[in-house]
Order: sequence, then C-alpha cells, then structure tokens
Amino acid sequence: MTENKNLITGATGDWEIVLGLEVHAQVRSAAKLFSGAATDYGGEPNTQVSFVDAAMPGMLPVINRKCVEQAIRTGLGLRAKINLFSVFDRKNYFYPDLPQGYQISQYQQPIVGEGALLIELEDGTEKSIGIERLHLEQDAGKSMHDQHPELSFVDLNRSGVALMEIVSKPDMRSVSEAQAYVKKLRAILRYLGTCDGNMEQGSLRADVNVSVRKPDADYGTRCEIKNVNSIRFIGQAIDYEARRQIAVLEDGGKVIQETRLFDPQKGETRAMRTKEEAHDYRYFPDPDLVPLTFTQAWVDEIAATLPELPDAKKARFIEAYGLTAYDANVLVAEAEIADFFEEVVTNGKTFRDAKAAANMVIGSVFAGLNRLGKPLAESPISATQIGQLLDLVSANIISGRIAKDVFDLMFEEGKYQGKDPMQIVEEKGLQQVTDMSVIEKAVDEVLAANPEKAAQAKEKPKLAGWFVGQVMQATAGKANPQAVNQLIREKLGLD
Amino acid sequence: MSELTALSLATARDGLQAGDFTASELVQAHIAEMESARALNAVILETAEQALTMAKASDARLQKGKAGALEGLPIGVKDLFCTENIRTTACSKILDNFVPPYESTVTENLWAAGAVQFAKLNNDEFAMGSSNETSCFGSALNPWRRKGEDKDKPLVPGGSSGGSAAAVAAHIGVAALATDTGGSIRQPAAFTGTVGLKPSYGRCSRWGIIAFASSLDQAGAITRNVRDAAILLGVMAGADDKDTTCIDLPVPNYEAALSGDIRGLKIGIPKEYRIDGIAADIERLWQQGIDWCKQAGAELIDISLPHTKYALPAYYIIAPAEASSNLARYDGVRYGLRKAGRDITNMYEETRGAGFGAEVRRRVLIGTYVLSAGYYDAYYLKAMKVRRLIADDFAKAYEKCDIVLTPTTPSAAFGVGENIDDPLAMYLNDILTVPVNLAGLPGISVPAGLDSQGLPLGLQLIGRPFDEETLLRAAHVLEEAAQFTAQPKQWWKEQNGVVS
Amino acid sequence: MSAKNHKPIDEATIRHIAQLARLALPPQDSAQLIKELNEILGFVEQLNEVNTENIQPMTGAIEAQIKQRDDIVNDGGYVDKIIANAPVQDDDYFAVPKVVE
Ligand SMILES: [Mg+2]
Ligand SMILES: [Zn+2]
Repeated sequence: MTENKNLITGATGDWEIVLGLEVHAQVRSAAKLFSGAATDYGGEPNTQVSFVDAAMPGMLPVINRKCVEQAIRTGLGLRAKINLFSVFDRKNYFYPDLPQGYQISQYQQPIVGEGALLIELEDGTEKSIGIERLHLEQDAGKSMHDQHPELSFVDLNRSGVALMEIVSKPDMRSVSEAQAYVKKLRAILRYLGTCDGNMEQGSLRADVNVSVRKPDADYGTRCEIKNVNSIRFIGQAIDYEARRQIAVLEDGGKVIQETRLFDPQKGETRAMRTKEEAHDYRYFPDPDLVPLTFTQAWVDEIAATLPELPDAKKARFIEAYGLTAYDANVLVAEAEIADFFEEVVTNGKTFRDAKAAANMVIGSVFAGLNRLGKPLAESPISATQIGQLLDLVSANIISGRIAKDVFDLMFEEGKYQGKDPMQIVEEKGLQQVTDMSVIEKAVDEVLAANPEKAAQAKEKPKLAGWFVGQVMQATAGKANPQAVNQLIREKLGLD
Repeated sequence: MSELTALSLATARDGLQAGDFTASELVQAHIAEMESARALNAVILETAEQALTMAKASDARLQKGKAGALEGLPIGVKDLFCTENIRTTACSKILDNFVPPYESTVTENLWAAGAVQFAKLNNDEFAMGSSNETSCFGSALNPWRRKGEDKDKPLVPGGSSGGSAAAVAAHIGVAALATDTGGSIRQPAAFTGTVGLKPSYGRCSRWGIIAFASSLDQAGAITRNVRDAAILLGVMAGADDKDTTCIDLPVPNYEAALSGDIRGLKIGIPKEYRIDGIAADIERLWQQGIDWCKQAGAELIDISLPHTKYALPAYYIIAPAEASSNLARYDGVRYGLRKAGRDITNMYEETRGAGFGAEVRRRVLIGTYVLSAGYYDAYYLKAMKVRRLIADDFAKAYEKCDIVLTPTTPSAAFGVGENIDDPLAMYLNDILTVPVNLAGLPGISVPAGLDSQGLPLGLQLIGRPFDEETLLRAAHVLEEAAQFTAQPKQWWKEQNGVVS
Repeated sequence: MSAKNHKPIDEATIRHIAQLARLALPPQDSAQLIKELNEILGFVEQLNEVNTENIQPMTGAIEAQIKQRDDIVNDGGYVDKIIANAPVQDDDYFAVPKVVE
C-alpha cells in the first residue's frame, strides 16, 4: 500500500478519507431509453413526454439501440468487460417524479462490468481507479418544491432519459483524486461522444460515498451524498462530510449509514428528511423486457470506431512533439483543444515548434477565450492563423514579443480582428529589423547616452540585458533581439 | 333474442357480405339486446351512439366492396383494453374516470378490420379474480342458472373476463375481447358455455392493455364457437413494434386451419390433472372428450406433467409480485383517483387504500412481501425456478404428443358470494388453467356438456407455443363432436319486463 | 420455509409491507388480512418440496432476442394529452402535496 499524503489530522491522530463515486451520465441520444420522446434540455414542461414516460396504463418500454451502443462504447473506453447478456430490473419506490413507481435499471447483471480509469495526481504520478460497473437506467422527472406554498410541481421531460450509472471502486483517498476522477471520466465521455458532460444542465451528476478511517484500518461506515453537480461542490461536500464524520468519531459517536444532501449555499451536507424505509427497493427482472443480448461482433464493430482517448493522445503528444507531461495533460483534456493544438503545430508534412505552439494555445488562446467568455469553437482566430503567426516568428520576420502584440490585435475586437497575421505585420510595419547598420546605430546611440552604465556593465555583465531592453524599446521591438544582444556584448567587450 | 343476435360471428359476417342485412341493422339489434340485458351487469359502459356511427361507415365500405375481415360486427371489449376517448377503468375505483388518449393495439386492429365498438365489459378489478365479484361495478352475472330449487340463485360468470363471457353467452355481442393471466378467459368461457381462446404469450400485443402480471397476461377472445375464435384471433394477432414481448411471426389463416380432420393427431392426457376434489361430472366429461377424439381418429397418449401441483403456488407468488410493481403507477399523481393526505406519502396511502378493492390489496401486499428484502430468494426466485420446471414438463410432453386435453375447471359455475370470503378456495378455480400461462402456451376452452344441475362445462385443449392452428383444428373437431347447443333461459329479460 | 415453517406475518410485518406498498390499511382490517396472507403463504410453501438446484429461473414466457428501436424522436409533444387526466395540475405541471426533502 502506498503512503497517503492526504491525511487529515484530527484530535486523535491522522485520518484517511475513502471515496467512491457513482456518476450518473446522461447518454447522448436523440430519444429516450425506452420511448421516442426527445431528450433536449430546457423544453416547456411535459412537452417531451410520451405516454410511456408518463406511465399511462398499458404502456410498454422499447429499448433504444443507440443507448445500448453508447453504453458499450463507454465500457470500451473504460477498458471494461462488456457483458453480452444483461438484464433490466425494476427498482421499486414511490416518488412523484417517478411515474411508474419503479425505475427500470440494471441490478445483478449490468451491461458493463469491471474496468479502470487512470488519473493524474498533483505530483505528476498516475493512479488507476477501479470501475466496478456501468449500467443503463432511466432518469426520473423533475420536482420543483419552491414554486407554491403547499404544492410541488412535477415535470416529466427528463423522465425516461437514458443514464449510464458508472460506479467506481472505493479507490480514491482525497478531494483532488475525486475531482481528478470526475474530470477524467468527463473527458473520456466527451471524447467518446457518449455524454456531453454538462454538469450545470445535470447531464453529469455525482453521488459521493464518503467514509473515514485510521490509516490501514478497515473501511468505516459510509454516507452517500446525493447529486453533487459541480467539481467544486464535490470538493466542498467531501471536505465537509469527512470532517463531520471525524468529529462524530472523535466524540466517541458512530457514523450512521445514510443518504445526505449537499447544500451549496451553506457548503454543508445534511441527512435527507424523506425517509427511504431501509432502501427496500424490491428489485426484480422487468417482465416487460426480455434480457438484453448482443454479439461480440457488434462490440468489435463499435470498438473499431473508438477515437484516440486522452491517455493515448497524451502519450503521443509527449512522444511525437516532445511536450512536457504537464502541457500534454492540459492539451488532451478536451478533444477539441487537442485537435486545435494539432492543427496549430502541423504545417503540411512537418511540425512547427511544439513548445511555442503549446504556449500559444495554453497561454494566449485560453487566456483570450477566458477574457471573452467564449468556447474554443468561437475563437476569433483559427488554428491556421496561429500557425501562420508562429511561422512569422521562426522566419525571423517578427520577434516573439511582436507576435504577442499581433495575436492580441487578431484576437480582440477592432479593425484587425480575425485578419491574417502577415497582413497586420505589413500594415503596421512590424517586420523585424535585421539590417545590421540600423541596429548598430541604435546600439551606439544607447551606449552613448548612458556612459556610466556602460562602464558598470563591463564589470557586471548581467547589466547587458538592460541595454538590450533599451535598444528594443528604441526600435519599437522590431530589432532582432539576438542581433542586438550580440552587438551589445561585443561593444562592451564581454565576449 | 332476435334473428340477428342469434347469428354467430362467422354467419353474421357472411350475411353482411351477402347483403342479407346491413351493419346498422345488426348493430341496432345488438344494442337492443344489450339494453334488455342490463340485469346481467355484463356491460359497464354502453357506447351505442358511437356504435351506430361506426356501423354506418361499415355499411358504406360493404357497399363499395371494401369490407374488412370483421366489417360491421359488434364486438364487446373487456375494460382492461384502453380505448381512445372512451373511459377505461379496469373496473377499479383507482382509475376513476380515466379516459385514455390512446387505443390499445389489439382493439386498434379490430377497428381497422371494420369491427364495431359498442360496449366496455365488466371484469374483476385489474383482472384479479375468478368470479367477476371484485369489480368496482359489482359482479356481472352468469346467464346460466341451475335447474330445480336453485333456479333463481344468481351464479357468477367466472372471471376475470366475466363480463365478456356473460355478454357472449347472452348474445349481447357477437364476440368479446378478453384477457387471460391465469385462466381469466378459459374459466369464464367454461362457466358460460362459450369458447374461450388464450393464444400463446407473445401472439397478441399487450400494448394498451392495463397490466396485471406482465409475464403472464395475454389478450384473447370469447366467442360462441371455435370458427369465430379463429377469425377473431387472425385480426387480433400480429407483431407490434410497441411491445417487445410480442413475437415477429406471420399470422396464419386460422379459419383455414379448421379442416375437421385430426386423424393421427397425438393427444396427450396428463395423469396429474386427475386432481382430488374435481367434480364427478367433469371426470365423466373428460372421458367423453377422450372418446370423441379417439372416434375422430386421434391417437391418445398418457403423458406426465409432474410439476402440475406446483403451478398454482408458483402463480400466486409470480402474479402478485409483478402486480405489486405494475400497480405502483396508480398513485394519484397523473390520472385516476386522488385522496387528500397530510403529506405526499399519506396522499399515496389514502389514495391507494381507497382506490384498490380487497382482492387487489391482498395481492399487492403478497407481491410486495415476496419481493421484499430477505424473502426474494425463498419466494420469488423459487417460484421462477419452479416455473421453469413446469414449462420444461410441457416441452417434454410435446416430444410425445401434439396437443393436451384436460378439463378447464374443477367445477361448474358457483353462486355469487359463495367463495368471496375464502381467497384460497377462489384461487383453486384456476388450478387447471394456470400451468398454461406459466408455460406461455396457447389454450382453449370448448363447451362440451352440461352437469347434472344443467350448468355448462368446458374441456381445455393446450397447444405447442405459437401453434394455434393445431389447437383450433382440434378444438373445432371436439366442438363438432360435443354438439353443445344448449342455451340459458333468458331470465334477465323477464326481470326487465321484456318477454323473450 | 420448508421444514421450518415460514415466520408468520404479524401486525408489524403487515404494517411494514403496507408502508412499502403505500397502502392505507384500516386497523380493523389487519386481523383478517393477517389470517388470509398467512393462509396464502402457507399454501405457496409447498414449493419447498421441489428440488430446484441448478434450475435457471424463468423470468418470462418467451425467449427471444430483444427488439430494439432506432434513435428517432417520434413521440411526445402532446402536453395536453399527458395532463388531461391529472387530478391536480398547474400551468402544465402535475401538482402534488409539497415534498420536503
Ligand atoms: Mg446508485
Ligand atoms: Zn442510478
């Protein structure tokens, strides 16, 4: 067992958090799991509801092939066992947004079995988190409790939307591991196109199982925190819950196994008031659905269409472009970013400077988009244009510094926005000065204007940099910085 | 009974096609019959106006030579089938005034073939019962009564499709749709001297039929003869994209299968069906049936279905378990009855407590119990394993024979109120029919004679899965041999002041 | 079950099942119900005479490949039909007594 560096210090010594996650990921599909109603987000109440979704008498479920395919696809992406035979069960309980009085889910025989997911820890090492299972099930409708003093309102638009419940093993030991797990899972789902991962809209929700124990002791009693819907809240909920449990235990109390809710306003978890009588869900095989069976050939067919996933892409970025693990990690977080980067770095059959390309994408593009509050798809500059900008630098037509200015002109609103970099350089006369006589003249002027500093610099060679800056300033940044540097050192007699 | 209501489905069809009378006349005659038979309580919703509109349309199609297979024929519908814009209740208070905005596949098939909708028929609440007495509309009554001093004593029509059976026996409709989960078509057919056909599980779509026990429920027909059942099944049956338990198989021409010839057919006689407590008249009738088959050239074979005895106990775990879940949707939120409560949970409890009758409550509780934590393996899982053994018994028997012949019920119709306080005694009615549902097989009850008290008795034939053709062929021969022509005395018309 | 008979259903059990099933039971009904349910459970107990070792449970009456649907939106869009039978509705929502979580 590796040493856990994320222990919490309590009054009685150190405690270890043990975390397992059940993530509900909404399957990307046009229609629902067992009906032909739409899954679009944000429709008018009860407009995306079929008689099946409203559990009208005599209605029967018919499974959507696409949802099955998406579950298999996700299972393959999690390197998990795909079960060619699985069973739909009914999970029976009463709730106003559960029209059938049961949820069709998979209990003992899920469509996907054990798998694994690799997360990157803060110190750069990796850790494998076990996947226990993935199963298909129906989403419930939505209840609104704050619209009326005596009534709750029910909208069934979500009722019957396909969910994949992805259950991890209790392998995580810290907030950051849990957050890394959700981020990585979300990235994989988005790469696969099986879930859009939109946590604000609820397409990805996490139930967090939290327990604490003394290092190397047996697992403690766990509490399940339901429906935590952002990465930040996952962190807050775990922090609060772990400390609560430690306080209970250190007070000589016992943790009660229960379902809790996270209150984002207060940053607290609290026990649910609705009692779910001992969770007696009376699971049994749904008699309306014969078992789900498919062939290995179909699974293989799906496997053949799987895209390159983040882990493989990261390894390739390091290998092919010589990127650092850190840069590669950032770039592969989203498939579109990785694709954008590859477009920037690729120049026909050759590669541009990968470090410069990575810096441009991670630094300039991300920062710019953040400022604008826009997604990558709406970037004012294309990857091709960024490639052209990099080419101007490597051809010594502009310096890296000027390149940043040109980038800003291309990016920000104004007459230059979206224009090709060469055009801007020409229009604004930003070409680098490479004529040595012009540079020498500028150097001489600066040295002449600062005789004392020049004398000092002969003793303290580090001061040469100051002269470079002065010359660059005098030439409005257009002088070739290497040439300036060399000339100054020569004239100061430093070489 | 008028001349027109005396007709069977097949003869009425032929008369319409020949232009002997119009659909409007035929339907009008049946509406009159329905109105004169209200004392039977077989009909819980009369839709005469709509029936006459449909009949008119049928007449137009008949005139243009565009008649469907059931053109102009008034066919009653058990109130378990959802009918668009027509109140559908499953004869439960919990559905209140539910008006489905959709039509069940099977009824849709009927109307598409030209059949005329004119009545929703009584049944046990959610099809749970064997006497029709659990209906929230009160029991339908059996048109038949005993001879002698009991002649005024009302008898049950059987259940759950009691209204369908009574309506067909009393000539209220030419035929009726029904459903069968453990004998709900065959037992009432036997009690009323009608033919009751339960097709193989998966032969007809369940879409739009209010579910009782999903793995057992199957739509079927109650008719006055085997030919009518064959015709009706041909229209009801067929694949349905909306029901994945409905099988994609071509629908044969069942009427054409009635060749009258069963020479060489191997008919199995299961020794385990000679149960204790079976009425002597029924034993005798069974032997009679065996003799008729022999005379018709069939080969009679002794077979064994060793797990027969366990079918009823397995059924009374599986059916309530599925029902407890199927009936969870009746919660007062989206349709049906709602009773006020202190909070949401109490609203559920009050609504369901008030909406479900005693038998439904009993089964929901049993079903909940056998699925609950700690009992699932001992009850539900065990029952599903026994179910497999029962199905295997039949599969083995069908290696030796083509069809199985048994009585339909252990007794003739009983009196209203006689078994209502003894659930187990009531359950025993289905002892001979339940194994067929567990195995998913097609079965038919054919009226074969009267008992010593003048009440009709039925013989049951059980076929191989999806071999309704052989089943109907054999049933037709049995029917011909039995020559069951007795009719109940029309006491209900006297009660209405109408002289028959 | 079997040799050792099933633990008879008592008042507490019936209350618990009724609660799971969301069924209000008038107190005067429970004695009768307990008697009936115990009779039924006693009756089904004969299943224990059957050896079911290595028997696969039969969950349905047909053994077919499940039919699957294409991912096409061809249903819904009729809110009035969905709420037409609702006992209480408000602004196209179903309305229920307030739920406190
Ligand atoms: Mg869960
Ligand atoms: Zn779930």
